[in-house]
Amino acid sequence: MAGRFILLLTLAAGLIGDVPARAQQDLVADLSDHLVAITTGFTGADVLLFGAIEGEGQIVVTVTGPRGDVTVRRKERVVGVWANVESVTFVNAPSFYAVASTEPLENVANADIRQRQQIGIENIAMHPDDREVDPGTAAIFRAGLVRNKRAAGLYSDAALPITVLSNRLFRTRIHLPANVAIGTYTVAVYYLRDGSAVHAQTTPLVVSKTGIGADIFLFAHTNSAAYGVLAIIVAVAAGWLAAWIGRKVG
Amino acid sequence: MHIYLPIAEISVNIFLILGMGGMVGFLSGLFGVGGGFLMTPLLIFIGVPPAVAVGTEANQIVASSVSGVIAHWRRGNVDFKMGGVLMVGGFLGSSFGVWAFAALRELGQIDLAIKLCYVIFLGIIGALMLNESVRSILKARSSAPRRKKLHQHTWFHGLPLKMRFRRSKLYISALLPLAIGFFVGVLAALMGVGGGFIMVPAMIYLLGMPTGVVVGTSLFQIIFVTANVTFLQAVNTQTVDVVLAIMLLAGAVVGAQIGSRFAGRLRGEELRGLLAVMVLGVCSKLGYDLVATPNDFFSISLGDEH
Repeated sequence: MAGRFILLLTLAAGLIGDVPARAQQDLVADLSDHLVAITTGFTGADVLLFGAIEGEGQIVVTVTGPRGDVTVRRKERVVGVWANVESVTFVNAPSFYAVASTEPLENVANADIRQRQQIGIENIAMHPDDREVDPGTAAIFRAGLVRNKRAAGLYSDAALPITVLSNRLFRTRIHLPANVAIGTYTVAVYYLRDGSAVHAQTTPLVVSKTGIGADIFLFAHTNSAAYGVLAIIVAVAAGWLAAWIGRKVG
Repeated sequence: MHIYLPIAEISVNIFLILGMGGMVGFLSGLFGVGGGFLMTPLLIFIGVPPAVAVGTEANQIVASSVSGVIAHWRRGNVDFKMGGVLMVGGFLGSSFGVWAFAALRELGQIDLAIKLCYVIFLGIIGALMLNESVRSILKARSSAPRRKKLHQHTWFHGLPLKMRFRRSKLYISALLPLAIGFFVGVLAALMGVGGGFIMVPAMIYLLGMPTGVVVGTSLFQIIFVTANVTFLQAVNTQTVDVVLAIMLLAGAVVGAQIGSRFAGRLRGEELRGLLAVMVLGVCSKLGYDLVATPNDFFSISLGDEH
């Protein structure tokens, strides 16, 4: 318990660079869980974010998954068949992105802060790895990326409302679907007044695999040759067993 | 009830997977085919990444071929020498196939390549089988069978490196089974199949093997080709999901038992006709996907999939 409190203080102290820091007590927030375990029965998870604010203001929460390269491909008809013809690779694209706010983002935060703090899907900082790609093309491919991520439930906005109790306590639920990537997620909480940030706080959220599934994954990736041989042995044994059962039954 | 597949990294319904295994197992028991050509498209259809579907299906076919070959082996219906030569070709072919798979994935063309292979080969085989079974059904009704030659002599009987295959009663160039093994090996690696549906007709019509040893010998060499694909995919791309493979197999074992019992109630040419219709069905579904306008012209893949 004491450890949790110290962690909370440490996190509260870890302010986001260019947001003016005033009184530290203006905003306190934490997650119900800092670790989401992907077990054998994993079908997605909900993490509760809760906290308190001092005085009038609005809350915005962004959740950003581990970043990496994403290749977007465009299909075109080639001799009657739809084939991938063109591709753009985006660097630093977050694997997951969700945003929640007490009111529509435009009403809560000014354009400048939205852009700088990457609030809203259109403000996520990711750019093509190839500087030659012209801005128009990049924008079209970026829209394609966002559409695919949305369809997979991995990018969402405005879907998460924040509940505020008696102008002081707030909470929201972050939903991670079953197909989330593993890694460290960043949960950023912004406390805004008149469109600009008064205070901000970031909290890490770790998504990792545990249990037998994690062991299998680790074995397959660290000891691939042994895994391959073992997979074959298991298959041969299972096939033999199946034939034996078939003879007994038949 | 859901289970999170450790390698595919998706959550699937256990009963859906067992049911798919059972259904494909039933059909493979009924028709005496491996069923990879049905299972791999089904896996991709339910959201398993194509690379995982192909790698995992190879692993499952190892198991189903082992259980299938035992019965043929007991009856002496395996030509080990012919199987060995086909296997050498199959090893080379499947190794090349795994390499080509990785190269195509890098280029973003693997989905297209898989679908094209399916449409072309299922289309050809399905059409040939349908034609043959319709003819034999008609012939059985009209006239008595004519006496056939043992096999036709063509240009490839003049090739060097002749070998004697006693069990198959053949004296032919080893280059021919090597080439067939290679070709089917490439397809096995690309399509996530055992390749029996191409191997069996190739053995009968190209090599002129007696039909009795064809299935056993084909199964025998498929074990080694799919084991090779399993190993290479596990090492190169880590796309073999043993949990998925075992679940599919569990369903398939039960399904195959029921299927083989039903098989006795149908006549050979009727069975082949039904199989042909099914093969053409899968072929047209994938063919339609290739030409139908997609919902979204854009698709994404993660960087680490390269």
